[in-house]
Amino acid sequence: MLIKIAAKNALSENDVTDESVYMDRRSLLTRMGFLGAGALLSTPSQAGIFDLFGGEEPEEVALAKLQYQAAAADPQTLTPENKVISHNNFYEFGTKKTQPQQMARGFVTDPWQLTVNGMVNKPLTLDYQQLHKRLPLQERIYRLRCVEAWSMVIPWVGFPLADLIRQADPTSKAKYVAFKTLYDPEQMPGQSSRFMGGGIDYPYVEGLRIDEAMNPLAFLAVGLYGKALPGQNGAPIRLIVPWKYGFKSIKSIVAIELTDKQPPTTWNILAPDEYGFYANVNPAVDHPRWSQASERRITTGGLLADNRIATLPFNGYADEVAHLYKNMDLRKHF
Amino acid sequence: MLKVIIHLCALWPLVWLYTQAFNDGLGADPVKYVIHFTGIGALNILLITLCISPIAKYFRQGYLLNVRRLLGLYVFFYACLHLTNFIVFDLQFDWPLLWGEIIERPYITVGMAALLLLLALSVTSPMAIRKRMGANWQKLHNWIYLVVLLVCTHFIWSVKSDITEPLIYFAMAFVLLWFRKDKAWRFIKFFGKHRKPQNGIKTTPKS
Repeated sequence: MLIKIAAKNALSENDVTDESVYMDRRSLLTRMGFLGAGALLSTPSQAGIFDLFGGEEPEEVALAKLQYQAAAADPQTLTPENKVISHNNFYEFGTKKTQPQQMARGFVTDPWQLTVNGMVNKPLTLDYQQLHKRLPLQERIYRLRCVEAWSMVIPWVGFPLADLIRQADPTSKAKYVAFKTLYDPEQMPGQSSRFMGGGIDYPYVEGLRIDEAMNPLAFLAVGLYGKALPGQNGAPIRLIVPWKYGFKSIKSIVAIELTDKQPPTTWNILAPDEYGFYANVNPAVDHPRWSQASERRITTGGLLADNRIATLPFNGYADEVAHLYKNMDLRKHF
Repeated sequence: MLKVIIHLCALWPLVWLYTQAFNDGLGADPVKYVIHFTGIGALNILLITLCISPIAKYFRQGYLLNVRRLLGLYVFFYACLHLTNFIVFDLQFDWPLLWGEIIERPYITVGMAALLLLLALSVTSPMAIRKRMGANWQKLHNWIYLVVLLVCTHFIWSVKSDITEPLIYFAMAFVLLWFRKDKAWRFIKFFGKHRKPQNGIKTTPKS
């Protein structure tokens, strides 16, 4: 019990990273970049010839502070907030890691509608307010392992996916849960332009088996670092399945459908030999173009700070989820 | 004077890059940033190098030909930094992993092949060696046309899904190869005479 009390004292991770300081520093560096080699090199972003289009500096956006039960203290070093919100794979807002922060700036998430339907007895529709109010919010500090072999440690705020699904009361026929991202080409430039959206057929879709979805680790996040999610991180609500590669954790969800068939999933459609339906983090099964045996953990600091560490089966959550796949060949069902 | 400008243009970005990288000024993933920056940098300089001969010929500016060696050496330098960044900051000296990646990942195999060719061109670049090699020197250095195709292939195979940018680079490479299509054709025929076509070589007839 004593430990838990100490944990509550340590709840203020959101104070660790002072957003305004980080934002100021970033814009300062941006301006320095322009004065110095900026004319040639543009601002910090992925190096490339399209950098010419990405020179705007992100403005500070006021995100609502959330009320939630804080997570217990975690010995892992958190990835600083400014890195969590500036390094995103969200192709709806551009395929470069830094693009979503810029392109998602005016993203309107209120009003919002999230439906839970399909093979359920009580279909639900949640509006923006209900995303924050319907279920009590809690904080979860999870490792996020990208299929590209980098990882972060992020304090999310949200509620267990199972709690929401239970409210909809699935029928006995429901075997899978299908998720869908908002389709709004006017707001999401990646959806209106093949060049910006990386050749994906939108809307982005994902899916879980129902026992995966009901696992207590599966989480719907509405915030991170104590505040509502920024657009680039999947506002206003996104999935987090920490034992699977990041692309399973679908962003900006508008529909959750209970179904009896394995639903299609976006990356699996695009490249079935590279991305499977399950996509459990597995150091023993390489991606065809890179090893998955280890990963670079993105933490505080520059070039020398990101340490390569061994990747763990199920991203280190084997105790909680390995039983879900007991009799499965995970080399085949990658 | 021209060479001084080339030195400055090639070295200043690197000073900027590593200053920013060590001071956490390159966004969330400085490792990928420095790898991509030096890789794209090498390819950019390579394309500039290939522009020199057509420009010198068309505008009758023969003195330009003198900077090709310097530019070529900077291509090799940037490519070395590209690999060094990968080994030091990404793999963090995990040599078995490096070896595995070179063998198992086609895009890295192709990249390493291009780097080895650049090494061969670089060590034979001093005037003394060039003189001693005679006609063979030019034959060896024609391999730069293969290098540019290998590098573009390395780029396109390395990206996850958005291939627009590598395709633009391919287009630029083909345009530059088109200027020396006769020479490239002789190069292919020379190759066909001496060796059966192998992997990678098959792609050259397209140029």
